[in-house]
Amino acid sequence: MDQAPPIRFELRRGAVTAIPLAIAVGLFGVSFGVLSASTNGMGVLPAIVMSATTFAGSAQFAAASVLAGGGGPVTAILAALLLNARYLPIGVSVARFMLGGRVARFVQSQLVVDESWAIAARGGGEFDPHRLVGAGVVLWCAWVAGTVIGVLGGEALGDPRTLGLDAAFPALFLALLLPQLDGRRARAAAALGAAIAVVLVPFSPAGVPIIVAAGGALIGLVRR
Amino acid sequence: MSESWAIVLAVGAGTMAIKAAGPVLLGSRPLPAPVQRVVALLAPALLAALVATAALASGQQLVIDARLLGLAAAAIALALRAPVLLVVVIAAAAAAVARLAGIG
Repeated sequence: MDQAPPIRFELRRGAVTAIPLAIAVGLFGVSFGVLSASTNGMGVLPAIVMSATTFAGSAQFAAASVLAGGGGPVTAILAALLLNARYLPIGVSVARFMLGGRVARFVQSQLVVDESWAIAARGGGEFDPHRLVGAGVVLWCAWVAGTVIGVLGGEALGDPRTLGLDAAFPALFLALLLPQLDGRRARAAAALGAAIAVVLVPFSPAGVPIIVAAGGALIGLVRR
Repeated sequence: MSESWAIVLAVGAGTMAIKAAGPVLLGSRPLPAPVQRVVALLAPALLAALVATAALASGQQLVIDARLLGLAAAAIALALRAPVLLVVVIAAAAAAVARLAGIG
């Protein structure tokens, strides 16, 4: 393969670019691990397996938050999957640049997260698949390793409320929300989502308000 | 515990399918524009709902407690461009201190 050197170059370039982000992602994984290992969390092994297979921070935190709030498994699953629905258009945007057969494309698609996608972007809607894989692998390792460290450390912690860990959830979601508010529609959808959720809390089982709040996204159908 | 595994399996399989749908099935065809607009707004709508419920809901009740103080501290930290992990630690610390002081 005469293409070998540039491929290795782009793989390495993706991996190296991802390192500073991987540190943040790893620390983020630590907090997911700590929250999962605490009371009302999903437990040590499920948390690690989830990080390895789902590999999507905000959705995993959403599921953990619904559980911690006393919601059932179905609402936790729905909330997480609705949040991950954004990977549908993100996946479509990189689809025509991916290489190989169906199996290879499946594996590459699993390495797509917000950060690896951003690193792979070459501008003008073009993406480099090797950079995506290099960055994705580094970020995946950091996310899983962080989760392992978090669950092991989290088991040693006491009551999550005394440590204020229940306040970590809204803070984290706020931090994830702010970069998403990049336009009038996005801000309107966010305001609607929050309003729907708050209004529904007294009338529906825990977790359900979050799922219904997804309806705030329908504002995207309104013209202008 | 089995509940946790059900969540891990369903979210894992569902997410894999969502991520793979475009690259494996769709090839290079784009999504219809209205679908794309709605899907793009799911994250802000849901994250805002999560902020609100995680800060205010306690079961089926809306309560104002130390979590809201933590959230306010987080908002200030974010406005000062603090990194996410620091923001989370500040929020937890603010709530923990408020509870020590007997608030919430």
